[in-house]
Amino acid sequence: MTEAKTASIYSRRSALQLMIAGVAGLAGSNLLGQPALARTSPAKPTGRVIVGLGQEPTVFNPLMVHIEVDDGVHFSVFDALFRIDPQGVIQPNLAVEVPDQKNGGISEDGLKWRIRLRDDVRWHDGTPFSAEDVKFTLELITNPNFRSWRTAGHALVRDITVISPTEISWRMEEPFAPYLSFLTETFIVPKHILEKEANPNNAAFNQAPVGTGPFKWGQRVPGDHLELVANPNYFGEGPHIERLVFKYIPDLTVLYTQFKSGDVDLVGQPYITPDHYGEAKTLPNRVVTLVPRTSFESFYLNLERPQFRELAVREALYAAIDKEAIIQGLYYGVPTPTETFMPRQSFFFNANLPLHQFDVNRAGKILDQAGWAKGADGIRAKSGVRLSFTNSTTSGDPLREQVQQFLQQTFAQLGVEMKISNLPAAVMWGEFWTQSQFDSVIVGSSYLIGADPDVTNRLHSRSIAVKGGRGSNNAQYTNPEVDALLDKGARTFDPEARRAIYSRVQELVRRDLPFLPLYQSNAVEGLKKGINGFVPNGNTRTESWNALAWYWAS
Amino acid sequence: MSGFLLNRLSQSIVLLVIVSIIGFTVLNLMPGGPLAQFGLDPGMTQKDVERLATQLGLNRPLWIQYLDWAWRLLQGDWGHSFRDGSSVLAVIGRHLLATLLLMGTSTAFAIAVGAWIGIRGATHRYSLFDYCATVGAMVALSVPTFWFGLIGIYIFTLKLGWVPAGNMYTIGDGSVLDYLHHLILPSLVLSLVHVAIWSRYMRTATLDALSQDFVKTARAKGVSERRILLKHVVGNALLPMITLAGMQLPSILTGALVTETVFTWPGMGRLFLDSLGYSDYPVVMGLLIFSAILVVLGNLIADIIIATVDPRIRLG
Repeated sequence: MTEAKTASIYSRRSALQLMIAGVAGLAGSNLLGQPALARTSPAKPTGRVIVGLGQEPTVFNPLMVHIEVDDGVHFSVFDALFRIDPQGVIQPNLAVEVPDQKNGGISEDGLKWRIRLRDDVRWHDGTPFSAEDVKFTLELITNPNFRSWRTAGHALVRDITVISPTEISWRMEEPFAPYLSFLTETFIVPKHILEKEANPNNAAFNQAPVGTGPFKWGQRVPGDHLELVANPNYFGEGPHIERLVFKYIPDLTVLYTQFKSGDVDLVGQPYITPDHYGEAKTLPNRVVTLVPRTSFESFYLNLERPQFRELAVREALYAAIDKEAIIQGLYYGVPTPTETFMPRQSFFFNANLPLHQFDVNRAGKILDQAGWAKGADGIRAKSGVRLSFTNSTTSGDPLREQVQQFLQQTFAQLGVEMKISNLPAAVMWGEFWTQSQFDSVIVGSSYLIGADPDVTNRLHSRSIAVKGGRGSNNAQYTNPEVDALLDKGARTFDPEARRAIYSRVQELVRRDLPFLPLYQSNAVEGLKKGINGFVPNGNTRTESWNALAWYWAS
Repeated sequence: MSGFLLNRLSQSIVLLVIVSIIGFTVLNLMPGGPLAQFGLDPGMTQKDVERLATQLGLNRPLWIQYLDWAWRLLQGDWGHSFRDGSSVLAVIGRHLLATLLLMGTSTAFAIAVGAWIGIRGATHRYSLFDYCATVGAMVALSVPTFWFGLIGIYIFTLKLGWVPAGNMYTIGDGSVLDYLHHLILPSLVLSLVHVAIWSRYMRTATLDALSQDFVKTARAKGVSERRILLKHVVGNALLPMITLAGMQLPSILTGALVTETVFTWPGMGRLFLDSLGYSDYPVVMGLLIFSAILVVLGNLIADIIIATVDPRIRLG
């Protein structure tokens, strides 16, 4: 019964939506339900898929602080209570159903959570999985000596009670709807192994993890690759391939070359670089498509700088950005222009925001009307403030550097001086970024945790780190209405009600322009023809979120 | 001899302390640090970042961090990598073999070919061969290695299909033949530069030996040119090469930054670049100390060998 449930996650409706999303070519038979799958996938796991990655996965305890590239391993070796599908709908994974206020899994006040778990799950070493493991996991995350990753949401959990091996409940300190999404990225670790460790930070488990997932730990050659092997006793669908290899290839040109030469079967993060997109599409026996990512690129402003305090300045700068020229001319047409931080594949995406129009003359008029007049040096100024600022981004990113030079020229026509001052990544995203020490930056990042629309961390006035806040609202954006909406959204569980709330947030942010939205990034995903079952999922951070469904055409 | 060794040892310790202090300071003064990589993670709050800084001991005063690190090192604890939590010595050990394979092959090749070109260039001075060798060496030294690497991959992998596009071995194969197949292109590319260096040094050293009085005496006595070259010239010309080899020893074990990246070779050079990129302080410091020890050792060994083979030199 439960098995059928997992398989039917991917309904015909979802297949249709994927086709609309333009990725039909990639949609494998696992989208069409169990019968089609049984016809084409091998009876027992066979073959191997090599995923090429530009960064090396090094963190295998999924609860420890890690980066995006480690996710592919976590999704393959472990299971979470829930998973998020490509449409942004949360599906059960180790749980048998997704709790909500209707089915009683979450109480009316949002404080009591009760999760029912599968009874047919075993750890890779044969030990049965139970609610004790879930309790242990949630407690380990908030252990002050443990180098855990995100603690938001988990820190609100109290009174975890194991009701039976297949049922667990807890109380939340306050209602917090995004927690369900957070749990899709919270992989459950085995209590019976980790409880014996005096120091969980240096446990042997961290180098050879034991999970419940479709793949078991194989071996790792540091600096080179790591290999996972099929778990034939997996409770859900798959796996269909016998070995899954993550190969580390640090140079992106070489990553593409190895895809071209056939050494790599599937290109993972950071995918094929835009300059190779045109050529990659013409390669024989390869499938190359654009896959929407959650990452959102913007011209990000520090609103506490006197140059940017006035909305007119921000509107004028936005009008002076020729997005289309940048996307087509510099980015080979890869990204999609956007007006919001919300990815378009999200259920909460607001499609009715005013569209940006490039118009330098209008930009000039806006500044004239607001009283920013050109001085003797050709630069506009108002009340002693010159409209001059620096712009920074990660050095060594040739595409962004070209964007900067392009904008510098347009802004100069407008009487705005933009100086370029780029920093290495390790410097850029340290205090310079977190403590709002910049004037403006070009930055691409996701705003969402899991696929939850809650962006309190990014846009709430309580989240300004330099003012003692605890988040990363580094633009120092403050809007009481946005604050109130974000507070309300975090306490609201009904998706439709939340959609209205976050639509309004997007409207206000589009109006206030704390950052000038440029585009949503698309991954140039490449894989060999013959790999079936590959489904991109813009609601996760990895291309390998469901390697369990991959198989080679026989 | 023991006095010499004692003297050398004390010098080396002072050197290592200075290197470690400078390295530690520069590394930590670089803004950003190991937590910068999480700066764009939407779910990492400022509070999470501060918690991690405390757990990793990064918010203590710099001199305490240094003394703590140095004290542990003295007790044989090189620390643990921030990235994967394994001990620094284990991390170095895993990458050492790959580098040894690549650098050993290319250096052995470079010494043999470089020495031959150098000697031949010196005995056939201003010949066509000599001019070609000189120009070739200049080109090899001035063109960046990564360019040779990419051109090599383009021609020999993509166009001709003779050799693989990097990697140390085929995943799932790993036979000796497979390793050798993968070794050809990167070791040749890497040895280009080394051949150039060795041939230039060898040419100068040979010319120097050729102009010595004992060569003239041998010629006057009617010894054959071949015998003069083998018996009197090469032996003397190789002496400065021993010092050069001693200075090259560290690079054999610390790897080639660029070549290892282009050829996806999991060696020490790439480990260094990656660790620096992630500000993995324990590993970067470990590599620094490791290479400093190698420099000291390399020079020491070269001095001892020279003293042994050249009766004119005495240590002490």
